[in-house]
Amino acid sequence: MEKLLKTCKRSLAFTALLIVALAAIQTNVSAQDDKTILGAGSSFINPLFSKMFADYNAKTGIQVNYQSIGSGGGILQLTNKTVDFGASDGPLNEEQAAKFGVPVLHITQASGAVVITYNLPGDNNNLNLTPDIIADIFLGKIKAWNDPRITSINKGVAIPGLPILVAHRSDGSGTTNIFTNYLSKVSAEWKTKVGSGGAVNWPSGLGGKGNEGVAGLVKQTPGAIGYVELIYALQNKMDYAKVQNKKGKFILPSIASVTAAGNVKLPDDSKIFITDTDAPDGYPIAGFTWALIYKEQNYNGRSQDKATKLLKLLWWNIHEGQAFAEPLNYAPLSKEALKVAEKILKSATYNGKTIL
Amino acid sequence: MSKVKSSTGQIRAESIFRRSLTGIGIAMVVLVFGLMVTLIIESVPSIKHLGIKYLWGRTWDPVNNVYGAFPFLLGTLLTSFLALIISIPFSFAIAVYLGEYNPKGWLSNFLKNTVELIAAVPSVIYGFWGLLVLVPLVRSMEMKFGILPYGIGIFTASLILAIMIIPYAASLGREMIRLVPSPLKEAAYSLGATRYEVIKNVVLPYTKSGLFAGILLSLGRALGETMAVTMVIGNTSMIPDSIFAPGNTMASVIANEFTEADHTIYLSALIELGLVLFVVTVIINMIGKRIIKRFTNE
Repeated sequence: MEKLLKTCKRSLAFTALLIVALAAIQTNVSAQDDKTILGAGSSFINPLFSKMFADYNAKTGIQVNYQSIGSGGGILQLTNKTVDFGASDGPLNEEQAAKFGVPVLHITQASGAVVITYNLPGDNNNLNLTPDIIADIFLGKIKAWNDPRITSINKGVAIPGLPILVAHRSDGSGTTNIFTNYLSKVSAEWKTKVGSGGAVNWPSGLGGKGNEGVAGLVKQTPGAIGYVELIYALQNKMDYAKVQNKKGKFILPSIASVTAAGNVKLPDDSKIFITDTDAPDGYPIAGFTWALIYKEQNYNGRSQDKATKLLKLLWWNIHEGQAFAEPLNYAPLSKEALKVAEKILKSATYNGKTIL
Repeated sequence: MSKVKSSTGQIRAESIFRRSLTGIGIAMVVLVFGLMVTLIIESVPSIKHLGIKYLWGRTWDPVNNVYGAFPFLLGTLLTSFLALIISIPFSFAIAVYLGEYNPKGWLSNFLKNTVELIAAVPSVIYGFWGLLVLVPLVRSMEMKFGILPYGIGIFTASLILAIMIIPYAASLGREMIRLVPSPLKEAAYSLGATRYEVIKNVVLPYTKSGLFAGILLSLGRALGETMAVTMVIGNTSMIPDSIFAPGNTMASVIANEFTEADHTIYLSALIELGLVLFVVTVIINMIGKRIIKRFTNE
């Protein structure tokens, strides 16, 4: 018995040693060299970032290693200080900000939009939809396509009398966050009944995983309606609707109308959803993607050199880097957004002193 | 002298070998308990916030921090058992055919390898296939029956699961049937029993604990399957009102929502869902072990 106990003890010690060794390897990985900048977060912005960072690497020799793990994951990694910057499709919520404990800067990188896509037999691309029709469809209150509210603003368009099937995202996502934020702004009933977030308690419909899941549901089911990222809809040539904005105009989602949506007076910290924009030519279901960095860059023994490199990279992103946005179907920053982003970047400090 | 040295060396090698075996064994136990402890600790915020009514709550609302696991618990059990019911005739038929009727030869080998291949195909591929082939089929069937033609839902998910779990019960069943001692079978034949009677009265009773273990293995696989189910089940948190209605399972909710769960209680509620799944699996396994034991004692 005693012998057995002894064996157990030794084996346990061995296991513990193994775990410690593994942990040591793990910490070694995070201590990267000076030529590498680490980022993680939003998968939405990943194609744009890949292109930007490849070009930046060719020009400056600085390697940016960006992991597209989703906004939530990026925020978590920045909280744990394992990356130099995070990227998120939504601003930090109160709990996330509280976990940081120190100020975090939000620097707008580009904007994207959510489009309403549908599957209706016949020639009816770019239907007109108003905010309250969209809200009532997703609340499950408008049940058929030939509802007088829909047909009355789409005169002369062939709309079959199919039942409406709502398709939404089943996974938590920035896309859902922007879309439900928009619905909460335009519909009081949506705001009280459902609210906004990356995942919500959907009052009706089916869930698909990712843009491709929702698109799959919509493509397969005549009468289905769903929402996907503008980029996804453009790449896959899907039908999408014009949406009436605050000024009463029906706006087709496009790169220009999404950039226009962000061309409004922004708050100094740029932490705002630009859904239901005041801009007269702006598409109302749009949102920014932000890069997130610590305001005070001297943490975790970082060198000033590294902080400067990071800020220079982000500065390049919002200036020269914007040229890559449009070819990849991202909406570049508006003048207003750029002005605010510059100001925010300049407010970053090292030991209390500004860097740029 | 050198002989003594080599024998002490041998003894040392023996004891090192024994020690490492014990160590690895202990590591497994530590792992399982560590897993459970982690799940429990991480669930604490959710348990504190929601209490026991988490288990039968019917609302899953991340915005207002109200979480109820019941629709997903129901979805998991419904899809798994439905899949099991669909798969059993196929897996038993394969087991009997390969174990008794055609145990040797190229056809038998080919069939055996094909069935095993079913288990080797990654589940996301089943998901794709389900979405592109099975869903339209089920939809047209639903249209004929006059049910709401979603195409996706509990039934479709169960069909996919059934296909995925067939090899587990089939392979184990085949091995068991081949282990039936031939004197037993020969005795039955010599008494004038037909082949069917031999299978019914000798082979199946002799192998029933093994067959049941195979079923249990299948069930375990079905309970935890995530990717393929997520793609075809419809992912709604409403309680399904028929087997053709869309629903959701615990594993699929976790996979869908974990990465973007942006506040503590939300994350914790998802982990608690994992804990519930863990406990359900343990309970079903324990009941299964009991039944197997009763079978073997007879």
